[in-house]
Amino acid sequence: MIQVSHVSKIYKNDSVETVALADVSFEIKKGEFVAIMGPSGSGKSTLMHILGALDTPTSGTYILDGENISKLKDDELADIRNRKIGFVFQAFNLLPRTPALKNVALPMVYAGVPKEERLTKAQKLLEMVGLGDRLNHTPSQLSGGQQQRVAIARSLAMNPSILLPDEPTGNIATVQAEEIMAIFQKLNDEGHTIVMITHEPNIAEHAKRVIHLRDGKIVNDGNNHKQRRVKR
Amino acid sequence: MDFTETIIEAISTLTLNKLRTGLATLGIVIGIGSVIALVSLGQAAQKAVASQIQSLGSNLLTVSPGAQSAGFVRGAAGGSTTLTFEDAKALKDSPQVATVKNVSPEFSRRTQVTTGRKNTNTQILGIIPSYAEVRKISLTAGVFIGDKDVQSMGKVAVLGPQVVNDLFGEGANPVGQSVRINSQSFRIIGVTVSKGGTGFLNQDDIVFVPLTTAQKLLFGADYVTSISVEAQNENVMTQAQDEVGYLLLARHKLRDPSQADFTIFSQNDILGAASQVTGTFTALLSGIAAISLLVGGIGIMNIMLVTVTERTREIGLRKALGAKKKVVITQFLIESIILTFAGGVIGMAVGIAASFIIASFINLPFTLSAQSVLLAIGVSGAIGVIFGWYPARKAANLQPIEALRYE
Repeated sequence: MIQVSHVSKIYKNDSVETVALADVSFEIKKGEFVAIMGPSGSGKSTLMHILGALDTPTSGTYILDGENISKLKDDELADIRNRKIGFVFQAFNLLPRTPALKNVALPMVYAGVPKEERLTKAQKLLEMVGLGDRLNHTPSQLSGGQQQRVAIARSLAMNPSILLPDEPTGNIATVQAEEIMAIFQKLNDEGHTIVMITHEPNIAEHAKRVIHLRDGKIVNDGNNHKQRRVKR
Repeated sequence: MDFTETIIEAISTLTLNKLRTGLATLGIVIGIGSVIALVSLGQAAQKAVASQIQSLGSNLLTVSPGAQSAGFVRGAAGGSTTLTFEDAKALKDSPQVATVKNVSPEFSRRTQVTTGRKNTNTQILGIIPSYAEVRKISLTAGVFIGDKDVQSMGKVAVLGPQVVNDLFGEGANPVGQSVRINSQSFRIIGVTVSKGGTGFLNQDDIVFVPLTTAQKLLFGADYVTSISVEAQNENVMTQAQDEVGYLLLARHKLRDPSQADFTIFSQNDILGAASQVTGTFTALLSGIAAISLLVGGIGIMNIMLVTVTERTREIGLRKALGAKKKVVITQFLIESIILTFAGGVIGMAVGIAASFIIASFINLPFTLSAQSVLLAIGVSGAIGVIFGWYPARKAANLQPIEALRYE
């Protein structure tokens, strides 16, 4: 499903070249739950940007669902993000002063889904993450954990090929973080492919497979046999 | 996202910060308002001037003394003393002049007119009875100056309604009473019907006396200040102008038209000059108003740039979730167009109200052309596009990664 081969990313700032990713290759199959780990500066954010079609590699190819998206233009990338990627950000990134329902429906707006259909689906998704009674709450009326659940509902709006949580629990209290991880595990059980970026080992251990990055290179890639299941 | 939804969303975004939205719109309100008000007042003034000049008669020529050009020096029209009562009589009687119907020699000067208690500075016009025909004068009371008054240098006067108001009070009938002009007592024999007009064109602030009386008794002059000539009809104006010109050249013993010591205007000449003046004036004022519109537009651009910067994260998010450039451009462009369009509509209402109030204060007819309304709407929309384009493009070109990271 995801094929990353010989991907490098080099940032040029004036005359200084910074290598963020150096010849990275791996594959992720449908239904996997992968954590990409590494300290800051290891290139995990850069990798997440490329996997999320927010950026293109300097060299190498990235094939998602059989489609090579390493050389696409801005608007084509926007389309890929809309249809195939479900982002969940550390800072939630919900539209302020906008009800949860509309936040969840936003990706469908850009896909041209009719209004009725959008709102029906958004409501279903919010019910699924346990916020059926908070459809019209704005982000400022919700706790951090609740906001992240809205964000997860939004990431599912377009039935994406992969979910891409980026430090999804970074801004959330520990108890609520467990709830968030429970949702991801449940989604994975239902067949969703999840690629999660994190630097916290106790978050990464919820995944089935962990890729360690350091200095732009993969230093370890293996199955996590001791996957920690959150009890609900 | 369909169009109505985009518009509704833009309006709800704009209402989040009402003060800022209001202030940004105010620039456009003032700009459009002043353009509408000034154009409409200018057009009203132009119409008023034109209708007054036309009310003087479209088959009228005015002969003024003064060289059209004498050698290298061009004298000011009306400044010299080369026309006489005899010239006027010749124009009326000469067989060479076939196209002239009526001739009215006039002597005009401003002076003080007093009654026992009140006084006013007004125009004294020495005339002969044909003036009434040439200038279509009619009376509300009494009689006009007759041939006998002219022959006998009678000390009689016909007052314009404005002078009656100033000296005797509104609506009074002064016929039979007397006024003093240059310390001499004149018996009032009539009052003219109001013809309207303001400033230099006020045809009501005037006192008519016999021409001979004005020349000999009041001002000690033997010339006339102008001769009004009524042509047979409008179609022979050019011919009449030529005939009058050649007769006067002959009488003044001048061979070459370039040496003429008089000038002949037709009403069309005056109308043309006057409408050129008011037209230039209107254009000038509208130009100034247009500058305020430009400033308003820059205000819109400024506020949209601030908005784009403030909403960098939001834009980044929208792009991350799949918003294409066109969608982002449309979103911001619609916001700025709504701002300027609302400003345009309010400005139009303000401008129309202002021009209506001003017009009623200075006695101008209120005019409103559909043209200027359409222009205002079009221009305000266009300003939204022009000044909103750059901020909208800036928003659309934001890289989603950087925009998401933006604090």
